[in-house]
Amino acid sequence: MITLTHYLVLSAILFSIGVVGVLIRRNAIVIFMCIELMLNAVNLSFVAFAHYLHSMEGQMFVFFSMTVAAAEATVGLAIIIAIFRNKETVNVDDMNIMKW
Amino acid sequence: MPNTSIMTFNILSILPVLILAGFGMMVLVVDVLSSRKMGEKNFLAYLSLIGVVIAAFLSKNFTGTTLFSFYGAYTIDNYSLFFQFVFLLCAGLTILISKNYVQRENINYGEYYTLILFSTIGMILMASGADLLNIFIGLEIMSISIYILVGMKRTRLTSNEASLKYFLLGAFSTGFLLYGIALVYGATGTISLRQIAVFIAGKGGVLDPLLLAGMGLIIVGIGFKIASAPFHAWVPDVYEGAPTAITAFMAVGPKAAGFAAFLRIFFIAFGQVHQDWEKIIWILAVLTMTTGNIIALIQTNIKRMLAYSSIAHAGYLLIALVAANNMSVSAILFYLLAYLFMNIGAFAIVIVISQKEDSFLKISDFSGLAYKHPRLAIAMTLFLLSMAGIPPTAGFVGKFYIFSSAIKSGYVLLAIIGVINSVIAVFYYLRVTVAMYMRGPEREFQPLTLSPFIFVAIIISIIGTIQLGIFPAKVLEIAQRSILLLR
Repeated sequence: MITLTHYLVLSAILFSIGVVGVLIRRNAIVIFMCIELMLNAVNLSFVAFAHYLHSMEGQMFVFFSMTVAAAEATVGLAIIIAIFRNKETVNVDDMNIMKW
Repeated sequence: MPNTSIMTFNILSILPVLILAGFGMMVLVVDVLSSRKMGEKNFLAYLSLIGVVIAAFLSKNFTGTTLFSFYGAYTIDNYSLFFQFVFLLCAGLTILISKNYVQRENINYGEYYTLILFSTIGMILMASGADLLNIFIGLEIMSISIYILVGMKRTRLTSNEASLKYFLLGAFSTGFLLYGIALVYGATGTISLRQIAVFIAGKGGVLDPLLLAGMGLIIVGIGFKIASAPFHAWVPDVYEGAPTAITAFMAVGPKAAGFAAFLRIFFIAFGQVHQDWEKIIWILAVLTMTTGNIIALIQTNIKRMLAYSSIAHAGYLLIALVAANNMSVSAILFYLLAYLFMNIGAFAIVIVISQKEDSFLKISDFSGLAYKHPRLAIAMTLFLLSMAGIPPTAGFVGKFYIFSSAIKSGYVLLAIIGVINSVIAVFYYLRVTVAMYMRGPEREFQPLTLSPFIFVAIIISIIGTIQLGIFPAKVLEIAQRSILLLR
C-alpha cells in the first residue's frame, strides 16, 4: 500500500537532489535542470496532496506551475545562449566580472 | 459606507490589468509594423505611458469598494488599490526615465516597454491575489519579465551576467516558494488565504510541523524577492549589471510587490500565529538592515551602493512587518511610496550623470558636480537625505512611522537597532554629497542634455519627496484607510 508519506518522502528526496545539484554543479544548464527537478518534485507533492485530500486545487496548481516552468525554461535558455555568444562558456564560475 | 460584494466572476474587476496587457501587446505589434529605425521609435514610450495612465484612472474608479471576484481569487480593496497606484506610478516613472536612456544604450526595442507593462501586471496580481495560486502566478509574471529586462543589453557582458545570476537564483527561490505553498496546501487542504486562517483558527492556533515548514519556505521564497539579508547575495551584482532604468524599476516594484504579498499572506492567513513567525522576521529584519548598511559603507560604485541601501530599506520595512499592527501596515504603505520617489529620483540622476555604455558610475565621478550642475546636485542631495531619513523629507516621516509602529507593539529593541542603522546609513549617503559639494571635479562633465521626459520624472520625484515629508497627513490618511481587513 502506497501512502501519502511515500509520495512526500520521494518528493522531498527529489527536491533535495535538486537543491544539492544547484549548489554543487558549475554548468549553467545543469543548474537549470536541477531547478526544474525541484519544481517537478513540488508538483509531485501537489498531486499527492490533491489525491489524498480529495481536493482539486492541488491538481490545478500543477498545471500552472508546469506552465511557469516552461516559461522559465524559455527565458533561461535564451539568457544562457546570450551569454554563450559573448563569452563562449556556460560555466558559472566564469561569471565573475562583478564582485563586491 | 464601503460597498462590499462578492462576485463569482467579474471581468471588470481586472480592467486595469487587461488594459496594461492590451497596451503591452499593442506596443509589440506597433514596433514590428513600423518601418522606422530603432533610435527613432519615440511613439513606443508614448503608447506605453498612455496605457499606464489609463490603467491608473481605471483603478482609481474602484476606490472605496471591496470586491472579491473570480470566486474569491482576486481582491479589490483599498489595500490592493494603494499598491496598484504605487506599481503604476513606478512603471510610469520608469518609462519616463527610460525613453532617452534606451536610445543612448541602443536597446530601444518594443519588448522593453512591453515587459515593463507585463511585470507591472504581475505586481498587481500579487498585491490583489487572495489565494496562493494567484500570488504565485503574479510573482512569476513579474520575475520572468524582469529576468529579460535585466539582460536587455544583450551584447554587454555585465548585463548578461546579471541576468543569468538573477535568473538562476530567482528560479531557485521559486522552487522554495512553491514547495512552501505545497506544504501549506497539504497541511490545510486549501490555497485560499482566508480559509487557511479559518483552518488555523479551528486548530486553536497550534501549527503542525508541515504547516510550520511551509511557512518557513514561503518566507525564504518571498524574502528573496524583497532582498532580505540571507537571500540578498544577488542584489548588488544584478543592480550593477542591469540597465540603470531597469535597476530603478526593480529596486522599487518587486520589493513593493513582495511586501504586498508578504503582508497579505502573513497577516491574513497566518495572522493568528504571529508568535510563531515574528522571531524569524525579527532576526531577518536585523540582519537585513545591518548587512545592507555595513557593506554599503565600502562601495565605490554608485549603483552598488544604492543596491545595498535598498537591502537596508527592506530591513526597515521588515521591522513594521514584525510589529504587525494596523499602524505598521499603513507605515509600510507610506514608506514604500516615499521609497518609490526617492529611489527613482536618485537613479534618474545617475542616468543623467552617466554616459554611454554606463560609464561614470563611480562615486568619485560625482565629485565637483555641484560646481558644474548645481541644480542636479541639489536634487541628488535631496534624494540621498531622504533615504538617510533626515527631516523634512519623505524618508524621515516613513522611518518615523515604522519605528513608532514597532514601539507601539513593544519591540523597543528592534526600533533601537533600526535607529542605530539609519545613523550608520547617513555616513554613506553623505559621502556622495560631500563628493559633490566639497571636492573639485575629477573629470570633464559633459554639457547637460536633460530631455523633457527625464526632467518630468525628476520633478515628480522631487515633489513627491518634499510633499510626503512636509505634508504627510493626506497620504497617511489614505494609507490608514488602506489597511488590510484583518480576519
